[in-house]
Amino acid sequence: MKKYLAYPYGVWMAVFIVAPILLVVFYAFTGKSGALTLDNFTNMAAYASIFGRSFLLAFIATVVCLLLGYPLAYIMSRQPPRWQSFYMMLIMLPMWMNFLLRTYAWMSILENNGFINQFLQNIGFIDLLNSVLQPETPIRYLPLINTGGAVVLGMVYNFLPFMVLPIYNVLIKIDVKIIEAAQDLGAPSQAVFRKVIFPLSMPGVISGITMVFVPAVSTFVISKTLGGGKEMLIGDLIDLQFMGNAYNPQLGSAIALVMMALVFLCMLVMNRFDDGSGEEGGLLL
Amino acid sequence: MKKFLALALSAILALSLTACGGSSSEVVNVYNWGEYIDADLLKQFEDETGIRVVYTTFETNEGLYSRMKTESYDVVIPSDYMIARMIEEGMLQPINFDNIPNYALIDSKYTGLEFDPEQAYSVPYTWGAVGIVYNAREVDEADLGSWDILWNEKYAGQTAMFDNSRDALGVALKLLGYSQNTTNKDELRAAADKIMEGKDNFQGFWMDQILEKLPNEEILIAPYYNGDAVTMMEDNPDLSFYIPREGTNVFVDAMCIPSNAKNVENAEKFINFMCSTEAAAANAEYIGYSSPQREVYEQLEEEIRNDPIHYPTEETVAQGETFLNLPEDINEYYNELWTEILR
Repeated sequence: MKKYLAYPYGVWMAVFIVAPILLVVFYAFTGKSGALTLDNFTNMAAYASIFGRSFLLAFIATVVCLLLGYPLAYIMSRQPPRWQSFYMMLIMLPMWMNFLLRTYAWMSILENNGFINQFLQNIGFIDLLNSVLQPETPIRYLPLINTGGAVVLGMVYNFLPFMVLPIYNVLIKIDVKIIEAAQDLGAPSQAVFRKVIFPLSMPGVISGITMVFVPAVSTFVISKTLGGGKEMLIGDLIDLQFMGNAYNPQLGSAIALVMMALVFLCMLVMNRFDDGSGEEGGLLL
Repeated sequence: MKKFLALALSAILALSLTACGGSSSEVVNVYNWGEYIDADLLKQFEDETGIRVVYTTFETNEGLYSRMKTESYDVVIPSDYMIARMIEEGMLQPINFDNIPNYALIDSKYTGLEFDPEQAYSVPYTWGAVGIVYNAREVDEADLGSWDILWNEKYAGQTAMFDNSRDALGVALKLLGYSQNTTNKDELRAAADKIMEGKDNFQGFWMDQILEKLPNEEILIAPYYNGDAVTMMEDNPDLSFYIPREGTNVFVDAMCIPSNAKNVENAEKFINFMCSTEAAAANAEYIGYSSPQREVYEQLEEEIRNDPIHYPTEETVAQGETFLNLPEDINEYYNELWTEILR
């Protein structure tokens, strides 16, 4: 009988997920007059550099999240349970604040007269650089904001919890007996990790990658606040079709559809790495 | 029982989707630019009339346009060219001026303009001009006077550009001596090339962020609207403002009633209230933009009235241009060029 309790979610899915996607597909294949057409897709190549930049930045952010998030999740899962919930809270704490606020905070940290640069000035680091490097015009700050690096940093900061949590969830469910068995059979700790723990945690890793990569590739707030808005990401390009001079939801939908297809392809390739043995805990696609 | 519960929950969910804002008490739905009203006035209007104000804000004319395609508002405040476009597309309804007696207080200088020649659809809210806001302590006086200061390599990385195609290309068009309403694609192409040439000089492309970056001295020079220049100069007294000699964009923002408005009478009351001398004066004082209301202007201290930043001179207005609605293919060309600039 419990399945009836899923009905509200069914309604929710139908109204807010399935229907909008159908609308996007419909719009993508119609022209301004409402007739069916493929025109929206013919100019897609012109946006190749925007797609490339978005995927590259999101890829870097995902790799950094994985490199930071996996060890963190691993160490967390090896702590006594009381400490685990404490660490969990530390990770969740920033997420209680609004996403925009957190990104704006990074803006004032990274700005030319921001916290980091003021700190570097006060401890004399900037003067030191000037006296060592002897540049033509003395520098007054390190250019941190309005760079690709700042955008990646914003993505990593905002999406790191989405990497840590699924990996951690899988790691704590791994049966200790399996690890002990490997050790009893004489595997050194490196091999235990490489051959047992890591393969078993793959579902978590893959859902973590999905949950970081997908929002990162489609973000536009981060690129606008931390990237200086000089170079578009896909999110900005789609935004422009709705908020730009020419109101063109059809083209916007087509770009969104292409992006969805590309993301889907990436995820398909990703899932190849998962041999399907560890079903537990992973949130696949 | 569980089945019933599930059904009930589904029904509640479905209802809550449609029931938002469906209460029957008197309301007026106002959709305005961000940071563009003295919020105390909303409270005052509610107290005086008993009509609840549902107040939301937008960032760009284009954003307003796309929202109006799907939502119903009672009062919206677009700029000139967007009003023309909305009139053309039947998105606004003619206003019954009999119900807005305070309309008589609007200076006739700001009525019957090109975007609404018969003055049937709009009631002027504010007006102003775009110019250059700069940090007078850091910027050499000899470099002032033109739009080209944004491209001046002396200030590389210290200037900014508008983050919307109409304003940004408008700056470049004026600098090159073309009309801001040109439909000549070669001229628009030249303007886009000019912007691309300056990309290394601009620290970024921004709108509202300029309101923080200039006072905080993250940047030294940026184009912006005179009303916000007044606000920024209050935050940082080193800032100053000028209208470039090539001429500029003069804008009028006006209150309109969308054709799908649900509370037309309340909308009229709200517009009438905002045109009253008391409210218009308080509002102009708060937001820093120039008021088109005659009595408000006459009440002002001489100092403010003659200040070319608060009230751009007649020369500025005469030399300036008001944005007009562009044909569809040119609007699309703007988008194309903008994508190319930021690609």
